Amino acid sequence: MSAEVEETLKRIQTHKGVIGTIVVNAEGNTTLITSTKVDYAGLLHQLTMKARSTVRDLDPQNDLTFLRIRSKKHEIMVAPDKEYLLIVIQNPSE
Amino acid sequence: MGSGYLSCTSAFSGSPQPQPCGKALMQATGHPNDILPLTLTSATQELFGCRCDEDVTGDNPYKILRKEDIVQDMRMRAAVSDFSPMKQLVLDYPEDELLLVYDRDFIYGSSFYLVLTADAKERHLKPVVALGVEVALEREPSEVFAAQKTSEPQPWISLGSEQEIEEESVTDSRPRYRISRVRREFGSPIFFSDRNAMETKDGFIECTPYQDKNFSLKQMERHTGVQTIPNLKSSSTQTQWTYPRSMCTQYEPREFSEEKKENCLQSEKLKNFVNSVASRFEMAIQQNEIMDVFFDDWKALSEEDSGYGRKADPHLKEYQSFTDLHFSKEKTISNINWHPTINGVIAVAVTERLSFEDRINGSTKLLLNPSLILFWSFSDPINPQLLLECPDDVFSFEFCPSDPNIIVGGCMNGQVVLWDISTHVEQLQGTRTNKRENETPVVRYCAVSGIENGHKAPITDIQWLPGTFEVSRMGVPMENKNGICVQIVTCAPDCCVMFWDIRAPRVLQTMADQRKQKVEEKPLENPHGVPNTFKHLDLTWKPLIRVQHISYCQTQLQRVLSTTFCPQDGELVYTDWKLEKDNDSGRLFSAKPSHRFIIHDGQVNTVRRSPFFKDIILTVGGWTFAIWKEGVTNGPIIQSSCSQKKCTVGYWSQSRPAVLFIGKEDGNIDVWDLLEKTHEPSQTQNITATQITCIKPWIVSSKQHLLAVSDHLGTLHILEIPWTLRSPSSNEKLSMSKYFEKEVDRLVYFEKRREMRAKEKKDYEAEELRKKMVRYSI
Repeated sequence: MSAEVEETLKRIQTHKGVIGTIVVNAEGNTTLITSTKVDYAGLLHQLTMKARSTVRDLDPQNDLTFLRIRSKKHEIMVAPDKEYLLIVIQNPSE
Repeated sequence: MGSGYLSCTSAFSGSPQPQPCGKALMQATGHPNDILPLTLTSATQELFGCRCDEDVTGDNPYKILRKEDIVQDMRMRAAVSDFSPMKQLVLDYPEDELLLVYDRDFIYGSSFYLVLTADAKERHLKPVVALGVEVALEREPSEVFAAQKTSEPQPWISLGSEQEIEEESVTDSRPRYRISRVRREFGSPIFFSDRNAMETKDGFIECTPYQDKNFSLKQMERHTGVQTIPNLKSSSTQTQWTYPRSMCTQYEPREFSEEKKENCLQSEKLKNFVNSVASRFEMAIQQNEIMDVFFDDWKALSEEDSGYGRKADPHLKEYQSFTDLHFSKEKTISNINWHPTINGVIAVAVTERLSFEDRINGSTKLLLNPSLILFWSFSDPINPQLLLECPDDVFSFEFCPSDPNIIVGGCMNGQVVLWDISTHVEQLQGTRTNKRENETPVVRYCAVSGIENGHKAPITDIQWLPGTFEVSRMGVPMENKNGICVQIVTCAPDCCVMFWDIRAPRVLQTMADQRKQKVEEKPLENPHGVPNTFKHLDLTWKPLIRVQHISYCQTQLQRVLSTTFCPQDGELVYTDWKLEKDNDSGRLFSAKPSHRFIIHDGQVNTVRRSPFFKDIILTVGGWTFAIWKEGVTNGPIIQSSCSQKKCTVGYWSQSRPAVLFIGKEDGNIDVWDLLEKTHEPSQTQNITATQITCIKPWIVSSKQHLLAVSDHLGTLHILEIPWTLRSPSSNEKLSMSKYFEKEVDRLVYFEKRREMRAKEKKDYEAEELRKKMVRYSI
């Protein structure tokens, strides 16, 4: 893994409360995980596709940039792209 | 055409009065009756001074002519005169002057017209002025109005509508028939007779049916419309019926193989992606760190507020009180227990209120008066529901946690007693059918331990071991696979803690014995109607383990996992009851107590664990109470100040981690809220006049929390805990745990300081000694 990528990801991971990060490719295969939660990848990939199609249906010139899901226990953040998907899970109340 | 037209134009030209003679002519030509268009030659014009466009113009078209002049002109020029056709009209004219109007636009067909009536003349001359003024002020409505007003009724012209009405009205259309009779036949009965219609010639008129050709016409031609549609085909099919089957699938997320992963991670695209996306994440994560957006401040605020607002009623309210004149007269209540499953049922143990000497002196009387455990139900405050008979006064009893029908009690003579109330459960639940018995049912104990095997002193506390737990003969705790509580721990002031097992002892159960026992048991009588549940234990019950303590052991145990507290005369002892094997003699003996504390000035009567914190224990004794934390061996983490009266009993609140109830000698209950005040109770309430002997809280529902308090006189009071004392404030548990930690730190600090001071003192003394030595040596 190139040093730059590693450094950036590490910067994100060392924030307070971050439990894990996952990089997923466009088809839903997991590329890199730094937590034990493997099942997030497939499920969130589908949800992100749905959210993106919704945004584009409402306005074809618009596109999804960021998705945040807040649950009782933690917050899941997803940033979609053409080929990849970066997922970060954070526990905000700590 | 006639009248309508006339009425419209009458404003201009006067009333449409019928004019004599030549008017018909005028009507035909289409101009009003009272004017006469005429042409004047230029000679006439000069003569009368009404030359076109010179004397009379478009603006001033009126010229008054004298009648005499016209007449003279007619005489002079006779037939040549322009006025000759109207000679008669002129002569008929009533006034002397006639009006000649110059018709510049040839409205009536000629260049001039003569006005023939005086009225018209007036109207010509005057209305112009009038109209000229009025037109500015009024508009068309006035003209229309004037027009409508002047219309007069005309004779009705029939247009055929009255024929329709005549058709609809009912009139006699045929002549009436007259029937006459002879006078003498008036009122006489009438006789009818039959006559055959065929007899006479015209007896009847026949209307024979005939075939109407109209209905058998065949339609040779017909007009229809045709439209093409695509081909339609209808068909049906039967679906295959399948029955549901349980199936399961298992999936796991797809992952790249290792090399593919490596490839991906190295790729340029990933790098770009991560770089572009990282900033968004940083922002979001930082936002979360700064503050929690979804935290409801409003709700959190309200909790604190409501606590202050509702301070109006923090007192324990009396809900009900039970006392039985028959059974609890002259007696005191030693222990209370709420029934774990049946709502509203509470059991109390009544004991004699006598000192030791009195007991010995009056022992014969006591034998006649059996000791009882009473069951009270909220539905009946006067009569107890059930009575349990005990061999002797019971100081402590407990319901079995896994089977609430089994109750174990510890007696004053050291015996352990078991009751089984399964037959009376319906009665307790309130579904009884024979209410006829005024007698409260009495249940006899079904098993009691042998007197020589039990304690030698009154059993002061008895506890069930939890259902997941059992202890072997060696004292090693093991897992109880049944989940049923089978073991009991008792303690007494005879320095013993005993473990009892309620199952049949396995040692005796050999095959032969089994058969023999079964044969023996059958003919056994059941004199008191007692269930046979514990027959195997009756009178032969032995304790499983006996733990000997060195010193005087009394009061209460706390059911714990591997250790016991045994508080004594002001002393608190912390031991581990595992039996150890002495290597020399092979005997089993118990370990020495690990810690001893002397804190309370008097007898410690309560040892209780907090329901919220597993390692916090409350002890109450003498004039104080103390809170301990397991593992902290320096001393109590909190100790209260001495109160005025002796504290007799204490209990933690079931719902609030910071609240505890202390019962006093004078009948007061002190409610301590440790988060509010620790130097004195947050409130004191007087319940009864005598000493409080036992407090037990109970949660009935989320809205009702009850506190059972018993006093020395044998009365059981049930109090309701108010909202302020039963609902925890937010983070109460957290605050309490922090408080306890702080106190532990304080203790540790004190300990350190003490050590430091001791060391300092030692150093100081050593220094002094050395100095002295130096001085003396000199």
